Amino acid sequence: MSDLLATQAKPRRVLRRPAARTCTAAAGALLLLALPFYLDRFWLQAGLFAMAAAIGAIGINLLTGATGQLSMGHAFFLAVGAYSYCVFAADGGDGLTGLGLPTWLAVVLATLVAGGAGGLFSPIAGRLRGPYLGIATIALIFIGQHVLFNARDLTGGFNGRDVPPLSLFGLTFDDRELLVANVPFGSAEKLWYAGLVLLLGGALFARGVLRGRPGRAMNAIRDHRIAAGVIGVPVARYRAAVFVLSSMYAGLAGVLLALVFQRTVPDYFGITLSLEYLAMIVIGGLGSVSGAVVGAAFVSLLPQLLTRYSDALPLVSAPGTGGIAPGEASRYLYGAAIVAVVLFLPGGLVRVAARRRFGRKPGEER
Amino acid sequence: MSTFAELLLNGISMGSVYALIALGFVVIFRATEVVNFAHASLLLAGGYVTASLHDDIGFWPALLAGIAGAALIGAAVEFLVMRRARGGDHSVLAIVTIGVDILLTTELTRRLGTDVLALGDPWGDAVLTLGPISLAHTRIAAFVAAALLITVFLLAFRYTSWGVAMRAAAESPETAALMGVRLGRVSLGAWAVAGGLAAVAALFLTVFPTPGLERATSLAAFKAFPAAILGGLDSTTGALVGGLVVGVTESLATGYQSDLAFMGRGLGDLAPYLVMVAILLVRPAGLFGTKEPARV
Repeated sequence: MSDLLATQAKPRRVLRRPAARTCTAAAGALLLLALPFYLDRFWLQAGLFAMAAAIGAIGINLLTGATGQLSMGHAFFLAVGAYSYCVFAADGGDGLTGLGLPTWLAVVLATLVAGGAGGLFSPIAGRLRGPYLGIATIALIFIGQHVLFNARDLTGGFNGRDVPPLSLFGLTFDDRELLVANVPFGSAEKLWYAGLVLLLGGALFARGVLRGRPGRAMNAIRDHRIAAGVIGVPVARYRAAVFVLSSMYAGLAGVLLALVFQRTVPDYFGITLSLEYLAMIVIGGLGSVSGAVVGAAFVSLLPQLLTRYSDALPLVSAPGTGGIAPGEASRYLYGAAIVAVVLFLPGGLVRVAARRRFGRKPGEER
Repeated sequence: MSTFAELLLNGISMGSVYALIALGFVVIFRATEVVNFAHASLLLAGGYVTASLHDDIGFWPALLAGIAGAALIGAAVEFLVMRRARGGDHSVLAIVTIGVDILLTTELTRRLGTDVLALGDPWGDAVLTLGPISLAHTRIAAFVAAALLITVFLLAFRYTSWGVAMRAAAESPETAALMGVRLGRVSLGAWAVAGGLAAVAALFLTVFPTPGLERATSLAAFKAFPAAILGGLDSTTGALVGGLVVGVTESLATGYQSDLAFMGRGLGDLAPYLVMVAILLVRPAGLFGTKEPARV
């Protein structure tokens, strides 16, 4: 009898929601798995960029969104990941340093190296708070650019270097076509699945971190650093650790980006890229995995969409014709989106969907 | 030795320009506790206004227009954006300024394209020679102008009611508000002053020997960030010292580049950041920054 009362007391929606969510998730997963069979290369590449960006954005959201530590140096760690992968995986045939390791091992090592680079910065990352760290990490961008242009043996200098294709269990993720159900699978199609796996793994891990004890500690540091210290959270150690974790995510994202681009060039890893990642998490939603993914999709698909449809859109014209180029148009849009989201939608795009469920007040101060 | 003196003097001159930028940055931080990443774009805006007007109305009116323009843009950013977002988390406020920066910089770089604009300054490429040392007139003008502006600013900060209001607001916003200080005006003023200072700095960042106003000018403005933070974000003295440290480091590293060849080319751009990292390792709050006492 008491059981019956208990179930009746709960609103029915709560009982039904898990099932509905599972169904939506399953449908979404099926859709994502089926896409390579239908989409052309352009869309798959756009999707892959979004996946790589999502992995990186999850990392920076752990740091900036959940712990309140601003980082402008994310692009540096992306570069570390991308270039370390090249160094570990290349066979040295193009005159640049290459260790010729198995590519899966190179992915793992590249991620670890990015984490190690974050660890080297930890004396600063652990001690500075919020915006101060943001400025300090600008240094990383400039150091990174300097190294990328100067350490020619490792990075190929200005021209960058080729990225050896990933190969796993005898399957090489390159452009040699492979027919699957009469659909030719090139590098984009094959990498799509690798990207999905990496993104899923990264997202689940981050969700575990955020929901567990470390996540609580991180939010406590963000909301009130001193109170967090008083209740026994080792503030500096957590800040440093999250910084390392976030750089590992960036490193992994860098590897995936390099695999999609098939060539890494130093110009790409500038300050603009760091700003893009910050834009992603603010637009999507600070402090959550879904926010990072949504924001990453928004910011990285926007320029591609605008480029693709620049003829059809008003105000946007092809690059070099004097009007607003698609790249610029998308920067206007996400610049404005950052401002608009902070002013009008605290919590980002994901919170719009969730607002009805939790009536939480945004922006509780300190 | 004469090379060293020359590099040092050039460094001090550049450093005083960085100090101008950093000062604006610190003023905004003290008044509103916002780290303003849009500062580089304010600087670019001021320079752009000056560059596009000087042909028609002459250099000095154009410079005034540039200063007024950058101050107006700064005030507009405060009024339209920052004021509405006040009370948010500090990191979030910093990210809003990044959004503003993306908007402004995109617009300005789109207008600039690949052009290099001259600002029409009266000094040209004249060089003053004192014995073995030669200095560009622009460098001397930069130092004099920056020193004047900084003195005026510090005096105003100390003695005018505006300065008192600003210091009170920095000390304790609640008490200041209760005493009748209008915080909105204080922060509006801070943004306007910062914009104006940045416009002056834009002039001296783009005169001889640099080619002129171009896209990369905003990157030069990024060097004021280490200047502000290594001095301590909440200290005006710190901004001055930080500016000088950055200027001198950059100048020496560029000048002795050939002796430091093992560090790679373009070391001058990097050196200020390395110094910043080194100082932050020892003093996380910067040289003159206050370690904030916290009441629990």
